[in-house]
Amino acid sequence: MFTIFRKEMEDHFSSIRFLLISALIIMVGVIIASMVGMGIQEESRGMAKPTFLFLWLFTSTGKLFSFVQFIGFFGPLIGIFLGFDSVNRERVSRTLSKLLSQPIYRDSVINAKFLASVAIIAIVLVGIVLIISGLGIRLIGVVPGSEEVLRLVVYLITSILYISFWLGISILFSVVFRSTATSALASLAVWIFFSFFVGLGAGVMADAVAPISQSETNVDPNVVLKHAEVQKTVSLFSPMTLYNDATTTILDPTRKTTRSLVLMGPMERLSLSRFQNPLPLLQSLIIIAPYLISIVATSFLCFGVCYLVFMRQEIRAV
Amino acid sequence: MENQAIIEAEGLTKKYGHQIAVNNLNLQIREGEVFGFLGPNGAGKTTTLLMFLGLTEPTSGKVRVIGFDPTRDPFHVKEKVGYLPENVGFYDDMDARQNLQFIARLNRIPDKISAGRIDESLKVVDLLEETKKKVGTYSKGMRQRLGIAEVLIKEPELIFLDEPTIGLDPDGTNRMLDLIHSLSREKNITIFLSSHLLDQVQRICDRVGIMIKGDLVAIGAIQELAEKKLGIDKEHYTLEEIYMKYFKEA
Repeated sequence: MFTIFRKEMEDHFSSIRFLLISALIIMVGVIIASMVGMGIQEESRGMAKPTFLFLWLFTSTGKLFSFVQFIGFFGPLIGIFLGFDSVNRERVSRTLSKLLSQPIYRDSVINAKFLASVAIIAIVLVGIVLIISGLGIRLIGVVPGSEEVLRLVVYLITSILYISFWLGISILFSVVFRSTATSALASLAVWIFFSFFVGLGAGVMADAVAPISQSETNVDPNVVLKHAEVQKTVSLFSPMTLYNDATTTILDPTRKTTRSLVLMGPMERLSLSRFQNPLPLLQSLIIIAPYLISIVATSFLCFGVCYLVFMRQEIRAV
Repeated sequence: MENQAIIEAEGLTKKYGHQIAVNNLNLQIREGEVFGFLGPNGAGKTTTLLMFLGLTEPTSGKVRVIGFDPTRDPFHVKEKVGYLPENVGFYDDMDARQNLQFIARLNRIPDKISAGRIDESLKVVDLLEETKKKVGTYSKGMRQRLGIAEVLIKEPELIFLDEPTIGLDPDGTNRMLDLIHSLSREKNITIFLSSHLLDQVQRICDRVGIMIKGDLVAIGAIQELAEKKLGIDKEHYTLEEIYMKYFKEA
């Protein structure tokens, strides 16, 4: 299995695709970081620097969008790019039947391909986070504390898992479809569906279940609550929402919940207004635990399906 | 020639849905022989090969290849059996040596040993001068010979060749046939080749089997089949005549 893993890594590193992706990510990452960094520099001039200022580098939106949002949106594309032709490319070039007639277990092919891509994702992400941190230290002159570093590590692990989910989807399509173009388009379709339509669908669903009319001045609070609940539930079906909620919470200790104000109970609102201090890391982790578990579960599920399909598939020469 | 069977198939059947690809195949291949597996396109030749290698599960029946059951124990079969698929593919952006080394590593051959074996097998297939080029630039004949070199890396006891000469020019075909012949004679490797190019099969095969629509309709030495089908009196028979006779009957 290590042989295939090594070859896949070599393939990735020497491919133009990998160069393009990493160049794009590094470019955008550096631009965002320097813009945000300079913004923070301006704002915090002459005043005491707040705690966790360093994490702002990743979460602050600046003029465009934050780095976290960027990975949330663009991360799936990395996964898709790395995986969409991993199996059917071998089928098209007729190397798959040759590969499988060597004394290796069949699952080591799919495992090695998946792991090699995950390793690439990890390398790219860790690299860009380190670059941004370095830039940030120079720009805002703040060195991250141990808790900030830990939060970044959790963020990195979450991101790797999240992108692995998309990698799993695209490898699954590359197993199912014979043509690389079909599998690429199918993966992109899933990405577009989750990134745009689930959000829209959540609004539509909420309007259908609990319509809030614009003309009435006295809206029943129960309807508003129901509306918000439905919208939240539906949008949680998208791994993108899961990821965005989880990562913004872990990187911003002042966020104490992933719920919107409407959905909070009176006691929760009260406690929020009473306690202004940032949350300790463990508490942030507890808040996002269900999100993390969902991301892990969907990633594993996706790879599991992919594994099963590949193991059961007929290997015809043609 | 030794009489030990290296492949034994008993009632081997493969169905795809209602379609029968291979029907109740009984076959014994002896160690050291060159066996030609004939039949029109779509007769089930490749399916049979895939079942022998454990790449496809038989619907029913038993098969033993070099003493192992390829369905239960594909690992041991693949260690000692080489397979050259029809129109074999390579990693085109690597050169010949890199391709062979990848295969050697998959076979758990240490790099020290494989370096020698790679040179040796490239020499056997006469590609030693072309190793600097990327495989993507190879001609069809060179690719096919590289395929043989790749199979030789694991020092197999048995080689399956699926249409080894298809699409080759006359010179390429001759080189390929000579190569197959010499592998059998010099290295004593059992060779099982599937083809529908009858004159070529006649040149190099000890025995042939004819498969039509999933049924093995005839098996034996070419001369035996000629005596059976065409009558003994005929001196200059060709495999084609025998084959066409079976084909018309089926």
